Amino acid sequence: MTLTLDIDKPREKKPVVAQTIFLAAGLALLVLAPLFFYPVFLMKLLCFALFACAFNLLLGYTGLLSFGHAAFFGGAAYFTAHAVKEWGLPPELGILVGVAGAAFLGAIIGFLAIRRQGIYFAMITLALAQMFYFFCLQAEFTKGEDGIQSVPRGHLFGFIDLSQSANMYYFVLGVFIIGVAIIWRIIHSPFGMILKSIRENETRAVSLGYSVRNYKLAAFVMSAALTGLAGGVKALVFQFATLTDVSWQMSGEVILMTLLGGIGTLIGPLFGAGLVVTLQNYLATSEFPVTIITGLVFMVCVLLFRRGIVGEFYNSRLGRKLGFEHRH
Amino acid sequence: MKPLLKVSGLNAWYGESHILHGVDMTVGEGEMVTLLGRNGVGKTTTLRSIMGIVRNRKGAIDFSGEDLIKVPLHRVAHRGLGFIPEERGIFSTLSVYENLLLPPAVAKGGMTVDEIFELFPNLHERRNSPGTKLSGGEQQMLAIARILRTGVRMMLLDEPTEGLAPVIVQRIGDVLKTLKERGMTVLLVEQNFRFASKVADRFYLMDHGRMVGEFPVSELSDRMGMLHDVLGV
Amino acid sequence: MIFGIPLQAFLGQLLIGLINGSFYALLSLGLAIIFGLLRVINFAHGAQYMLGAFFAWMLLSYFGIGYWPALIVAPLAVGLVGAVIERTMLRRLYTLDPLYGLLFTFGLALTIEGTFRYLYGASGQPYATPAALAGGTNLGFMFLPVYRGWVIAFSLVVCIGTWLVIEKTKLGSYLRAATENPILVQSFGINVPFLLTLTYALGAALAALAGVLAAPIYQVSPLMGSNIIIVVFAVVVVGGMGSIMGAIITGYLLGVAEGLTKVFYPEASNIVIFVIMAIVLLIRPAGLFGRDV
Repeated sequence: MTLTLDIDKPREKKPVVAQTIFLAAGLALLVLAPLFFYPVFLMKLLCFALFACAFNLLLGYTGLLSFGHAAFFGGAAYFTAHAVKEWGLPPELGILVGVAGAAFLGAIIGFLAIRRQGIYFAMITLALAQMFYFFCLQAEFTKGEDGIQSVPRGHLFGFIDLSQSANMYYFVLGVFIIGVAIIWRIIHSPFGMILKSIRENETRAVSLGYSVRNYKLAAFVMSAALTGLAGGVKALVFQFATLTDVSWQMSGEVILMTLLGGIGTLIGPLFGAGLVVTLQNYLATSEFPVTIITGLVFMVCVLLFRRGIVGEFYNSRLGRKLGFEHRH
Repeated sequence: MKPLLKVSGLNAWYGESHILHGVDMTVGEGEMVTLLGRNGVGKTTTLRSIMGIVRNRKGAIDFSGEDLIKVPLHRVAHRGLGFIPEERGIFSTLSVYENLLLPPAVAKGGMTVDEIFELFPNLHERRNSPGTKLSGGEQQMLAIARILRTGVRMMLLDEPTEGLAPVIVQRIGDVLKTLKERGMTVLLVEQNFRFASKVADRFYLMDHGRMVGEFPVSELSDRMGMLHDVLGV
Repeated sequence: MIFGIPLQAFLGQLLIGLINGSFYALLSLGLAIIFGLLRVINFAHGAQYMLGAFFAWMLLSYFGIGYWPALIVAPLAVGLVGAVIERTMLRRLYTLDPLYGLLFTFGLALTIEGTFRYLYGASGQPYATPAALAGGTNLGFMFLPVYRGWVIAFSLVVCIGTWLVIEKTKLGSYLRAATENPILVQSFGINVPFLLTLTYALGAALAALAGVLAAPIYQVSPLMGSNIIIVVFAVVVVGGMGSIMGAIITGYLLGVAEGLTKVFYPEASNIVIFVIMAIVLLIRPAGLFGRDV
């Protein structure tokens, strides 16, 4: 158990060169991707990548396992869909409604869940998210089993027609980059350092005078809001919002993406999301039982592959040569 | 005297920390040997390594002709070795009586429950109370008593008198004397060497994870100087 | 009439509440036992419940083996499977952060449920009430189906029996002691690793037993596990997992609460347990019988 907080440690060598190259290459890939892949598939990928990244803010960096993040993802999808379709708001405001709604939900669920430590926290988030699921099942505005259909994409800022694939894609890419940038900024801020110290040694953080509960709640709400961002955008991409988005299976999926990609790494969830979405796409047309595969991957990952793809890379010889930290 | 326990070149680690650096010691059958040393030198680790609670270890632990190093923890007691930790380990969710009966009998020759209650009458009185409702001294008695029932040949006792009032310490000394009469072999860790001098046959002195001295109780007064140096008393 | 509702309807719902409560009690009991010793939240508990029901159905459909043998065979089989899983996989996770145990058992639950869904589809199979327990008796103020009464009585017996084993027997004292200090118990010469396997197997078997009990009442469906496990999680949050009796009492209590809500405010009946959980979190975060973390 480490007795120093990350904020106390001396500046370590950062793999700046490698990171810059990867970042540039990644951006270039994303910008050029629509030339090679279906835009809707790419947009789905970006939404879930942001979702997983936002989720990991809570799991990887604060050490809190939420089993109910679908409530924020699907909830925001419903809120945005409703705002754009029934209230006629432009897409950017519709998404804001989604984010605000998700943040509000996050405050309530987070506040209740944080009252219990450790593994109870996960169970509480699951139960409360399930409560929200039942609410969505019965509420008027969610239209029950059908969900909200035919959500118009509208005109961004009043003049950019998002029903055009290209426009929509670069909008989603823009939102994605902003979202990840925000997460990056949070992680590398003093606030982020405190979150990490809470994850590593909560008792010590308390003894140092930090109001741990408030930090946890703040992290939870931020994670929920950013998840809402992903959910709201997703509603516009697919132009519908359904019960699937608020189900516990969805909550499980984002955990899988994060675990597979690498808990506690910034870009791990992106890879995890990419892998899972691609696999789902590939298997959707076949008879393959996706649930079984998901379950097996979970079990294998937990037993043998806890660092995830990116975590293993950071820990490999090549990764260490490039300067990446050895984690977990 | 035939050694019942012979430890050779014992090294042990807690995680990354190398605590024991080649401990050598013997305990003869029926002997009461005391391990002295300052806080943190590795006395408790020695006991726990012999017992097998600390698994990250190298060396030889010969107990009655068998090397304990490879034996899994839950089989060690069956070889005839009993361990009483510093914290005593009385279970709060068990009554005194349940605590007493918990360790299974591993050999014949252990004391019967009646004999134990004769030796420790206050345990009989409180036998239905939750284990942790006892005073510190009574808990120590219980911790020793329950091992006595099992029929082990050797006991590893970690700081039995720590934090106890002098009159209880006296009582524990009497219990140890009775055990000695019954032929029990004891390896005792103690900071209170005045107490130890009343019951022990031999002393080992430990510092920085290895033995730095060994002498019989008869030489204790001669060695006071060395003791004061090493123990910082 | 009682509180403005016809007595029959009221008592009918109360009965259903007691039945649901029986399952909640049995399942939270199993969860609490497993968590107490292994410190693992067994997400697969719902799947093991489903397996119990399915094994009973399979025994009947494929081998003509009826309810009464199934009541013993199914839990044994599921317990055995549980023992194998604990021995080969679960025990590697004990030294890790407890969330990995939850994630592993979650994966296990998905795998089991997915397999049965693949084999039998999502809809349910019916399972006939055993002949000896068919029909009902008219108690005057209400009609009591015999099987319903049996479920309540039998689950009470199992719950109290389990409590007795844990609190009053030698094996139970081993379990209680090992929950407090597993290393010390091992140093006494007690085979704690075996105890861990046995405990997980016992928990799984309890879940499967609940499943067999449930088969004639609810449809035997691959989804029955995941539907109920989330509610059971809420039950253990309310009751706390540190006390066996607490888990049992909370299970029955919340089942009855759910049943009563169905009478007076039906729209809220499927979320009332979650609402109660939220309220308990606000006023008594440690849970009703909060003896633990």
